[in-house]
Amino acid sequence: MSASSYAYYPGCALQGTAREYDVSTRQVCRRLDIELQELKEWACCGASSAHSLDRRLAVALPARELAIAEATGLPLVVACAMCYSRLRFAAHELEDEAKLREISSLIERECKNTTQVWHLLQVLDARDIPIARPLRGLRVACYYGCLLVRPTDITHFDDEDNPQVMDGLMHRAGAETVEWAFKTECCGAGMPFARRDIVLKLSHRILAQARGAGADCLAVACPMCHSNLDMQQLNMKSVFKDDFQIPVLYFTQLLGLALGFSPKELHINKHFVDAMPLLRGKGLA
Amino acid sequence: MARIGVFICHCGSNIAGTVDIPRVVAEAQKLPMVVHAEDNEYTCSEVGQRSLREAIQEHRLNRVVIGACSPRMHENTFRNTVASAGLNPYLLEMANLREHASWVHGDQREAATVKAIDLIRAAVAKVARAQPLFARQIGVTKRALVIGGGIAGIQCALDIANAGFEVVLVERTPSIGGRMAQLDKTFPTLDCSACILTPKMVEVGQHPRIRLLTYAEVKEVRGFVGNFEADILQKARHVDHDKCLGCGICWQKCPARAPSEFDMGVGQRTAIYIPFAQAVPGKPVIDREHCRYQQYLEWQRAGAEGKKPPECRICEKLCPVGAIDWEQRDEMITEEFGAIVVATGYKTFDHSVYGEYGGGRYPDVITSLQLERLMSASGPTLGEVTRPSDGQPPKTVVFISCVGSRDDSVGRPYCSKVCCMYLAKQSIMLKEHDPEVQSYIFYIDIRAGGKNYEEFVRRAQEEAGTVYIRGRVSKTYPEKGKLIVWGEDSLMGRPVQIAADLVVLATGIEPSEGAIELAQTLHISYDVHSFLVEAHPKLRPVETMTDGVFLAGTAMGPMDIPDSVAQGSAAAAKVCGLLSKDTLALEPMVANVNAVKCVGCLLCQQVCPFKAIDTETLRDGRIVVRINEGLCKGCGLCVSACRPGAMNLRGFSNEQLLAQVKALTR
Repeated sequence: MSASSYAYYPGCALQGTAREYDVSTRQVCRRLDIELQELKEWACCGASSAHSLDRRLAVALPARELAIAEATGLPLVVACAMCYSRLRFAAHELEDEAKLREISSLIERECKNTTQVWHLLQVLDARDIPIARPLRGLRVACYYGCLLVRPTDITHFDDEDNPQVMDGLMHRAGAETVEWAFKTECCGAGMPFARRDIVLKLSHRILAQARGAGADCLAVACPMCHSNLDMQQLNMKSVFKDDFQIPVLYFTQLLGLALGFSPKELHINKHFVDAMPLLRGKGLA
Repeated sequence: MARIGVFICHCGSNIAGTVDIPRVVAEAQKLPMVVHAEDNEYTCSEVGQRSLREAIQEHRLNRVVIGACSPRMHENTFRNTVASAGLNPYLLEMANLREHASWVHGDQREAATVKAIDLIRAAVAKVARAQPLFARQIGVTKRALVIGGGIAGIQCALDIANAGFEVVLVERTPSIGGRMAQLDKTFPTLDCSACILTPKMVEVGQHPRIRLLTYAEVKEVRGFVGNFEADILQKARHVDHDKCLGCGICWQKCPARAPSEFDMGVGQRTAIYIPFAQAVPGKPVIDREHCRYQQYLEWQRAGAEGKKPPECRICEKLCPVGAIDWEQRDEMITEEFGAIVVATGYKTFDHSVYGEYGGGRYPDVITSLQLERLMSASGPTLGEVTRPSDGQPPKTVVFISCVGSRDDSVGRPYCSKVCCMYLAKQSIMLKEHDPEVQSYIFYIDIRAGGKNYEEFVRRAQEEAGTVYIRGRVSKTYPEKGKLIVWGEDSLMGRPVQIAADLVVLATGIEPSEGAIELAQTLHISYDVHSFLVEAHPKLRPVETMTDGVFLAGTAMGPMDIPDSVAQGSAAAAKVCGLLSKDTLALEPMVANVNAVKCVGCLLCQQVCPFKAIDTETLRDGRIVVRINEGLCKGCGLCVSACRPGAMNLRGFSNEQLLAQVKALTR
């Protein structure tokens, strides 16, 4: 995990709705001398759709990315929690040799399933982080979502009820983290179009718990969680008459701030809930 | 010259239905040295045995082959029969025509018959080379060792001692009493647990034939049935129990505090302590880890760096009889025993793997054993049930059953058996303590098999108003001073949410620490969960595969108090049966070594699973092995390992086995 070069799989969310996650990831890695080599010709990991439609496809799509990464000979790092989950799932499935042969022929690529798959949190956790501007006085609720931690046997990430990796990074960045019980509760995932009522209920509960625990903002590691928790605050206001105005930031953005980047360099100004008043209030912007 | 008789049993139609008996008899008669062959309807019956005896006498038979069932069934029967006819019982060979021929070749009459003839021929070849064997008699040490001073061990020790034999009862903690002493009430009668237990504890303490060793552990056991030798480590108490009067001034004044093991951490004790008021012996021990003077000595030994701990020694200053002894050291006691009972009990499952229940993370999530201590009038809260977080009495209590039971994902697929009942009990008791309490029990199934048990659960539901919710809990978290419990009501098919003041986890039963090490030194088996294994689950429930070692209580698997007591008594009956004999007959079918051929390579010693092979040095300085016939089980591993062919197994000699194989492969 302490390599300085990684194959980097951004995934589609980081090219679109979660550009700020991609940008801040690249900034942070550059500052920490982590070379990210973006995978050539990368495609979709299957996300939330493939495995509900076709089990073979759900393995084949991420397996293709694993095979491309394997050819680089580098460990693979992913920032998106969904991509991480799918890639780990595929690597787990491909431990079965018959499956490996079947999928290899399906994707028309040689795959030995030797690629190490890491989430960015794990990679950063193992590195020295030279803090230029400690996030003093900022109370962060670290929200991991479900995809990183479950199922434990497949993701091999951290404790599934009370994970600590992101909390540790935030501490190192000089922030406080709040003790709360909703780090890995479901945010409603990819349902905001089909069942917005459920998404609003679940995400509202998470934000209420974070606020109740005294958090100034949330740190997340998943584009889907981010959009539910950030964008839906407007809708929560109309449905629950509850105006949170609680900023939801990617952990890379907070880390980037601590490394000395300006909010703009980290695209902190791109969220629905404006984080700037909070950061200014804390003297961080 | 061998004169062999062959007896073929029909076993009703079990054998005769498939095997052509007249043909087997006719073939047997043609075999060398066979002077008589006959068949019987049931050879094991009175008639069959009489026929066997008469034939031995009439035909002057000196070897017998019986073609019938497995030797496991009736070998002993027929050994007694031939012995009563004047023959050495080991000049008998059984050919298993039932399990090995008729039952496994049910529709192939010809094949089964041919196989039966083969088996008879092999048995004849083997028995022709059999030698008379004689069981050796050994003495019996008429003293029993009972390991573990819980209710099973207490009952067992008392029964053995009351039958007139000496008992040494070894208990690891400072007092006997075990788990039962920790309980408030017992189901389904709601008897006060301590009230029914302490008279037995006192009886043990005062019994002239029981020697009680508390704060002691059995470290190693050598020897064999009737002749065991055990090393028992008596840990240093730093209190001379011969001088100590148990007045209590020391533990009242000791300033050092530690979490009380007896109170499962919900209360505190001092560093010099008795675990609970009715402890037997009622004399304290000093816990070296928490004693201030010991910490001071440790600090001195470590080079006297850093902050100097107080020298304290208050107990020593206050003790009216000068019983504090700082010089006391751990001591190894070696004693001889004729029989051993293992009653090492259980500990509760470590619930921290269930992050969703919040045990260890939230103070108001406690275990059922902790709740017992909170409910007990002699507990840390004097029987007032209060929340650990703020000391308030809980009004809404959620119980979660099967925490570390019936869950393969945590390696505990078995049912802990007592939890359903104690949850019902605890919910009833909470209601009796405070009528405003409402209990909810999340359960998978309610298992209430036992006398008056189902009725007791009904009482919890109907009288105490306990709400039973069938389903598991998915999350517990604190909110506004309450613990919010999310679960599923799988009968209603909907999620439920309860705002509780207290959450109680019914942690399952698993074997005590050190059970495996003890099993290994005793050469008794344990299962994948480290529970000790009985010799037969139905018919030999308190015996082990090692003669002279018996089991009782939860060391063997989850069970409740009545079962543990019954087992304690059952094991005692077995021990008394053993100790009432003056001598024991040793199985003669054991290995023997030809010292002339032995080269002393000791390969046999390495393969022997029973540690039955010792060495001896001959007068010419050669080292050869010697079989300890008391330990040898006759498994034959040493025989096959022996390169120079010095080993032989009586009753299964190399010569016999080769002849048998040769006859089979003719």
